[in-house]
This record gives sequence, C-alpha cells and structure tokens, in this order.
Amino acid sequence: MLKTFKLGGVHPAENKLTVDKSISVLPIPKIASIPFSQHLGAPAKVLVNRGDEVKVGQLIAKGEAFISANIHSSVSGKVQKIDNVVDTSGFRRPAVVIAVEGDEWAEGIDRSETINKEISLSQKEIIQKINEMGVVGLGGATFPSHVKLMVPEGKKAEVLIINGVECEPYLTSDHRLMLEKGEEMLVGVQILKIALGVNKAMIGIENNKPDAIKHLSELASQFEGIEVYGLKVKYPQGAEKQLIKALINREVPSGKLPIEVGAVVNNAGTAYAVYQAIQKNKPLIERVVTITGKSVKDPGNFMVRIGTPISELIEAAGGLPEDTGKVIGGGPMMGKALNSLEVPVVKGTSGILIMPDEEAGREEVLHCIRCGKCTHVCPMGLEPYLLEKVVMAEDWERTEKEKVMDCIECGSCHYTCPANRPLLDYIRLGKNKMGQIMRNRAKK
Amino acid sequence: MNLLRVSGSPHVHTDNSVKKIMYGVVYAMVPAIMVSVYFFGLDAVRVIVLSVVACMLVEFLIQKYVLKTTITIWDGSAMITGILLAFNVPSNLPWWIIMIGAIVSIGVAKMSFGGLGKNMFNPALVGRVFLLISFPVQMTSWPIPVPIGGTALTDAITGPTPLGIMKEGLAAGKTVQDIMPDIPNYVQNLMTGFQGGSLGEVSAIALILGAIYMLIRKIITWHTPGAYIGSVVIFSGILWLVDPSQYVDPLFHLVTGGMMLGVFYMATDMVSSPMSAKGQLIFGAGAGILTILIRVFGAYPEGVSFAILIMNGFVPLIDRAFKPVRFGEMVKG
Repeated sequence: MLKTFKLGGVHPAENKLTVDKSISVLPIPKIASIPFSQHLGAPAKVLVNRGDEVKVGQLIAKGEAFISANIHSSVSGKVQKIDNVVDTSGFRRPAVVIAVEGDEWAEGIDRSETINKEISLSQKEIIQKINEMGVVGLGGATFPSHVKLMVPEGKKAEVLIINGVECEPYLTSDHRLMLEKGEEMLVGVQILKIALGVNKAMIGIENNKPDAIKHLSELASQFEGIEVYGLKVKYPQGAEKQLIKALINREVPSGKLPIEVGAVVNNAGTAYAVYQAIQKNKPLIERVVTITGKSVKDPGNFMVRIGTPISELIEAAGGLPEDTGKVIGGGPMMGKALNSLEVPVVKGTSGILIMPDEEAGREEVLHCIRCGKCTHVCPMGLEPYLLEKVVMAEDWERTEKEKVMDCIECGSCHYTCPANRPLLDYIRLGKNKMGQIMRNRAKK
Repeated sequence: MNLLRVSGSPHVHTDNSVKKIMYGVVYAMVPAIMVSVYFFGLDAVRVIVLSVVACMLVEFLIQKYVLKTTITIWDGSAMITGILLAFNVPSNLPWWIIMIGAIVSIGVAKMSFGGLGKNMFNPALVGRVFLLISFPVQMTSWPIPVPIGGTALTDAITGPTPLGIMKEGLAAGKTVQDIMPDIPNYVQNLMTGFQGGSLGEVSAIALILGAIYMLIRKIITWHTPGAYIGSVVIFSGILWLVDPSQYVDPLFHLVTGGMMLGVFYMATDMVSSPMSAKGQLIFGAGAGILTILIRVFGAYPEGVSFAILIMNGFVPLIDRAFKPVRFGEMVKG
C-alpha cells in the first residue's frame, strides 16, 4: 500500500494544466523590484544606494539577524530607487528597484549546463556557503535554509526528507524541475546530506506524478543513500509534519520542530537551489514559477528572475484573461490573493494562479449544521468549528487550550465546509491574537 | 479592467453544500416512502404530504412574520423533518394532529432555538413525543397494513405493533415462545414491512437501502449506527441468553418498532449528535442501551424516540469530553 499520513486530508480537483509544459526562460524584465524581506525572519539590511551600478548575482542586502537571508541582484543595471513597493503580502514594503541594462553577471558564477557531481566542501563550508548564497526554503514558507541545516545541540538528525509532493492544485513547478533537472537536484540532495551529517535521504512524491517518480528513482540508483517513495494523493501531504508522518511514521509534537523526531525536510526546488549555490557558485536569483488558470491562454512553467513583476509573467502566458476575478500568488489552497499585478516574483513564489470571476467569489455563509466534516478533514486533529466559535467569543483562554497554534493553515476545513463558513479566517484571527498574547507573556 | 478580488485562502471550495446533504437524506428516504404507500395506501401519501407542507409552512411563517429573516424552507431540512414526522405516526392520524406535530417540531424544537444548526434536539422526534404524550389513543392505533392488491393478515382495521403484542403478552404472564405465533414472521414480514406500526418505520430493508446510499455519499458515517446496533445486540443478547422465555432475541429488537428509522435517520442527525467519531460511538451506544431499557423495563413498548432525545441532551457534554485525536498525540513510531 502507498504511504500517506493518517489524520484528515482532502482531495481538491488537481487541475495540473501545465504538467506537460517544459520550463522556458522568461525574458529579463525592464525594471526589477527586489524586496529586502523575501524570507521568514528579519528583513535583510540594504547595501546599495540610489544610482549604484549592480551586476547579476551581486549581494545587495545582507541578512544579519540569526533568522534572515542574503538578497542578491537578479539583474544588472542601475539602482533607480530604494522604496516601498507592494509585494506578495499585499503590503508596501522596502525594495531595491533596479532599471535593467544588459545582462552582466558578477564574477565567479558558473553559468554552464555541465553537471558537476564532485562535492569538495566540508559540512561547515556548505552551510556557510548556503547562507552566503541566500538560499531559503522554496516550498512557500521561505525559511532560511542554513538555519534549518544547523542541528541544535542535543538533537540529532537521522534522515533528510525531500519534499517533491507538490500537493497544491494547479502548481507544477517542482514537478517540472524534478523531470528536467533531476540529476542536479540529486547532487543537491547529497550536499544537504553532508550538511546535516546523515547518510539517508527520502524523496516523497505523490502518485499523480508517475513520470517524476520513475525518473528520480532511476537517477537515484546512481547515488548512495537516496530513496524515492510514491505517496497516495492527499492534500496537505506537502505540509512538513504530514510528510514526515507519511514517510517515517513519526509525529512532530505540538509546537516542536521536525528535528525533534530526527528529521529535516527540504523542498525539491530547494535541493536544486543548493546545487546551484554550492557547485555553481550561483546565488538564488531565479526560480521556476507556474503561471496557470482555466482561462489563461497559454499557461506554462517559467524560469523567472526574482523581482520580475508578475504582469510580465502574465503577458508571457497570453495576457490577463477578460474574465479574471482573482490573481493568486501560490496555489488555490494556501496561496495569497494579490491586490496588484505589479507585485514582484520573490523567492517564495511557486506559481501565479488566475481565477475566473465566477469561481473567485465566496458562497453565502450559512449556520454550522454540525456535520463534523471540518473535524474529520483537519490533518492536525483540531476542531475548526469550535475554534471559530471560541475566537468569535474572544475566549482566548479556550482558544489556546484548543490548540489554535497547531493549525498549519492548510485550508482543508474551509474547503470542505458545506455551510461555507470562513473557518480559516477566524482561526487566523485567533492565531494572530494568541501570538500577541504569547509575546506579551514572554516579556513579563 | 475590473478590480481584483482579495480574500483569505483557500480560494477553492468543494461542491458539497448544506442543500446537497439535506436533499441526499430526502432521496435516501424514498424507498421507505414507497414501502409505506404500498402497505398503507393513499393514507400514507396524505400523511406525508400534509406533514411536509405543514412543516415548510410553519418555517415560512415564522421566518417571514416572527423573525423577519431569510426564508430557508427550500434548504431541505424542513422537508426532512416533515417526512420523519410522518414516518413516526400512524397512517390514520387526523390532519389537525399532524398540524400540531409540525408546529411543535419546527416552531418549538427548531425555530425557537435559532433554526437549522442550532437545535439541540431532533425536531421530528420532539414533535413525535409531544404527540404521543398528548394524543396517546390516536398515536397508538395503528392501521393493519394492506399491501396494494393483497390482503391483510387479520380482519381488524387497526391492531398493535409486534412490540406491543410482546409487551402485553409478557405482562400477562406468557412466555416469548407463547407469544411468537401471534407475531408476523421475521424474514417475509418484519424485514419487508408487513407489520403494524408508524408508516415509515415498518420496513427494515427499505430503510437500510437508504442508509447504504447515505453511507456511500458520506452523509452519515458508520459510527453512530454501528455503535447503536452493536449495543442493542449486546445488551438485548445478554438478557436473551439469561432467559429466552422472558426476553426476546436481538434480531426481533432490530426489525421491529422504529429501530432502523431511529438508528439510521434520527440518531445520525448531524445537528443533534456529537462531532467526533469517539463521541458518536458513545452517543450510539448510550442510545442503544436506553432503547432496550425502555422497551424491556419501561412503561412504553417502544423506546427509540426517548432514547435518542435523552442522548441529544448529552451531546454538549460528550463533545467536551471526547476530543478527536490531535496530531502529535499518537505514539512515536
């Protein structure tokens, strides 16, 4: 029987429209807006000034805090301004805006396609280099990778898990990357293994990508200690805790990190970025983005420079459809609705989904009929209907007791509710409030 | 270009809806409706139509003139209550008693609590029990079933239910074996519905057919009915093994009275039953034990309605006590 996680889960329509579209390179934009904060943690500190000339791959902002990441220029040209721009969060936040001139790369970056399998760096050097190159988790949470690879004292990593699940409907960027850059990705996996000091890596891929499973399994036989596992299709299998449960049948305790059960999870795309960083000396300045939607004329997968406005990506896919109602950064389950088409692609942008207006609205909200489906599908074993109620009543003590902070915001409850209740909206509100309360408590 | 819509994730939704669930239950009751028409003729049609129309009308009047809110009579829930109320009464019940039943079911048990989703007790059962206590004579004179084109088992017009025959016989000092010949046989009669009783409860087979449909469509889960049937079989089985002359066998309990109707259509009512699987098991098991207690030791021959209503009252407590298994609580593998 295929492996999967046990509690809850849903199966939304997959709609992988771009599964056969190989990755093509999107032309370099005329203007690139590169936000300082493209990762979880503190924003990076800017190093350039207005009027400075920059090259592709040049460090333009430094991640100085413990949890932060370096930012490199993805284009060459002149810094036009350092200003607030609307980013994928929907807020205006500081970014370096660069007027592009040519495509001049910084020295020392190997842009050839030759695959370099020899790993010459030591564990410490690898982590150092990953930090330098600004690599963050590309699955969506954008946690700085070098922090993830530093195993805290007293803990021991036993296995590296590579997330090739891509359980979000519509998105195919990881799928295409696994098919087209599989070998590079596996070298990246070997590098990550050295960084963690483990000799076993497991790659989890959902069974709706049989070509990727087959391709990587064949390649993996040339490497030592990499196993590929097909998983039963079930959302949210790509969530860290669920994937760990599916592959090694261990449960990360509430409020703890995966290292607690000896696992470290990295996204398939991250493994490729690590390969580029270590073997090619190439910082994270571009990524694969799926541009898709039912009305989109020419959906596809593109290699996009960070900072490219999504309007250019939409142009490459045949322009914005007439019936557009919503533009989403990411997939339909966890993605964020964008409020501008000039939002730049950032490290965490796995896809842009354009939804027709008729599908983009929300249905009328009815009373909860206590069907229990939200409880049944919650992969964390929570009771979304109850969390909604206690948050509405502002009963924060109960909200905490009912483990609101365990929620991974996968959206399965809201997706499945026959009364269309905005369960996750209220749960997010509760998490936000709990966060404040917990911070205040810590201060005392 | 139009403005872009912005909202929190998720941005897609299942095509399931309250309406689809409710009409699913209505479709599931179609076989039982057909059997009731087959055995009780046009009287069954009269009671079902009256009850459904009355329930929807009461809901409409209250929403329009009392609460001044959105009219939701087409969401299917009032229709379910109407059909279930009809299923729980004899086919010769006067029209005005049906009206009173509808007013109590919808008006008291549902709308005064805030409408669909807010009622603690199953509306149809509240209506039924209210009628049973208020009009004991009309509510317990069951017409003898006459299949279309067939003949009745006896010449009488009305008669007691198998459970009534059993209760009276045992009270008169007879043994189960003495009474059995007076009761229609299991396979041909009790299972198919050829027995005295309220119009929708007689046919175990038709009710189970509908239940399978609901299970497949995931409108109900196996937990409540499974625990209910399990506890009935275990509890009545123990009594039967102790003294087969005084206590009837478990199969008899399962195919008589409102057992199948209660187990699959009323105990499983989402609104008035627990949320978690564990809670549903407790709920079903409790209802099963209470049903047998009332049937065997109580004053009424039938106990399904009371048992479910009593358990409805425990739901808030059960929900508090029996939480789903949280992720991270299971043992490290």
